[in-house]
Amino acid sequence: MTIEAALPRPKRPGPLERLAAGSVLPVVTIVAVIVVVWYAAAVWLNAGLVPDGDGRSLPDLAAAAWDLDRPLLPAPHQILIELKKTVLDTAITSKRSLVQHGWVTLSSTLVGFLFGAVFGLAIAVAIVHVKSLEKSLMFWIVSSQTIPILAVAPIIIVVLGAIGITGLVPKAIISAYLCFFPVTAGMVKGLTSPDRLHLDLMRTFDASPSQTFWKLRVPASVPFLFTSLKVAIAASLVGAIVGELPTGAQAGLGARLLAGSYYGQTVQIWAALFAAAALAATMVGAIGMIERLVSSLMGARR
Amino acid sequence: MDASPGLERRTTMPTAGGPGRVVIDARGLSLTFDVADGVVHALSDVDLTVREGEFVSFIGPSGCGKTTLLRVIADLEQATGGSITVDGVAPAEARMQRLYGYVFQAPALLPWRNVVDNVTLPLEIFGVDRATRVERARHNLDLVNLGGFEKKFPWQLSGGMQQRASIARALSFDPKLLLMDEPFGALDEIVRDKLNEQLLKLWAETAKTVVFVTHSIPEAVFLSTKIVVMSPRPGRIIDVIDCDLPADRGLEIRETPKFLEIAHRVREGLRAGHSYDD
Repeated sequence: MTIEAALPRPKRPGPLERLAAGSVLPVVTIVAVIVVVWYAAAVWLNAGLVPDGDGRSLPDLAAAAWDLDRPLLPAPHQILIELKKTVLDTAITSKRSLVQHGWVTLSSTLVGFLFGAVFGLAIAVAIVHVKSLEKSLMFWIVSSQTIPILAVAPIIIVVLGAIGITGLVPKAIISAYLCFFPVTAGMVKGLTSPDRLHLDLMRTFDASPSQTFWKLRVPASVPFLFTSLKVAIAASLVGAIVGELPTGAQAGLGARLLAGSYYGQTVQIWAALFAAAALAATMVGAIGMIERLVSSLMGARR
Repeated sequence: MDASPGLERRTTMPTAGGPGRVVIDARGLSLTFDVADGVVHALSDVDLTVREGEFVSFIGPSGCGKTTLLRVIADLEQATGGSITVDGVAPAEARMQRLYGYVFQAPALLPWRNVVDNVTLPLEIFGVDRATRVERARHNLDLVNLGGFEKKFPWQLSGGMQQRASIARALSFDPKLLLMDEPFGALDEIVRDKLNEQLLKLWAETAKTVVFVTHSIPEAVFLSTKIVVMSPRPGRIIDVIDCDLPADRGLEIRETPKFLEIAHRVREGLRAGHSYDD
């Protein structure tokens, strides 16, 4: 039938076209603006710390404000230098290596994420199957997320520490506590997303509840799953960092943050912050890549 | 309300395909929905007989209960009064025996499955092995002229093609009965004409019993051997019209006096049921 020809697959634009269409240029512009504002703010905030700042000319003042040992706001290049020093120039075995601290945080983030995601999924599946659970469980699930994690984290660390469990496990529990909720909320929505039409369709085939679950509800929930997992893994990292604070700053990015604030090492704090942000971006990006792979296997539009 | 005498008279008459067995038999069927401000009579005292090999259309304005009646036959809705059998058994039993294939108003294809996997979904649920599934899918896709589109995903098909794929899916397990709920309602008239011709051919080839819901008079007259005219508030049958146009008809038959005469009678029936009010 000529009137119903299959639609051609849309062509993906090249990098130059994308630049012209404006997906790269705005990003570069925003980054440039942030850097300029940052340098200006660094001068403004740090001016008071520069020795006899009043007597200096503006360029001289700026140069000094961007080169302090313990500035209020470190300049971007200071953070990059600190990152280079602690990531590339320090042996991984050293206690000063940010890679080592990053790995400590990453490992408990991943373990916590795994447990949290599995737990969150299990609760979502239970809620979808047993309607009364939604009313009885949801209240507690939502309540659990209104308690500030900063209040809960020391309790978990101290209690588990008292019975001899230290290190990765308590932090992973805090991560799991933070990240099961987005998975549960997203997957309850995802598993109930098939509309009346599709449920009626399965009914006309006399499909069993488990067939309806595996052939309709689960595939329909996949986009919700990946959105939830992206939120969950970021929350998991926050949980791991918060879990490192009450332990007295032994290891991990949280420890670096805390040690930095003890000794007024603002450059170190910001470097740890950047490392955490890079870690979060990488993990969210990795989930995004898996999502694209899965959705292309599931026939999504390319 | 004296629909039943007319119905009785006609159902004893041989239809085009000969006096087939009774496939659907409804007596005094009624269905009420409880809503916030009272009770809605979706179906009221419906008597209906559909015989093997017939192509029966339900026509009427929206809210006349034609879709509800189809859903009762399919056990997607349960009658609150009267009796109904589908192939001699209760609708629930017929559904569990997979006696009918249902085509919805929307194609309802699963977006993550390609055409062949969508068409074979019912077979997969019934536990048919993969080789047989693929074989059947090829046959059914050919029936709806979708051969060669096996690996396409739903979004790569036009609306008409998607609906044809959904018809192939309903036919995939070779049910006796095909229930179609305004399957072409969302398509433009040109595509609809084309699909009407194809459906007629498909009905001739497969010798299925078809129950077809529509609100288009030309569509009902063109396709059917019997037209059931329905009227709203309460949903009831007001006329049953036999439609004995030649079997090998093409779209051009819509210009003939015979066709126009039947269409006129359908329109009269709809008017008598106050379908043109409000």
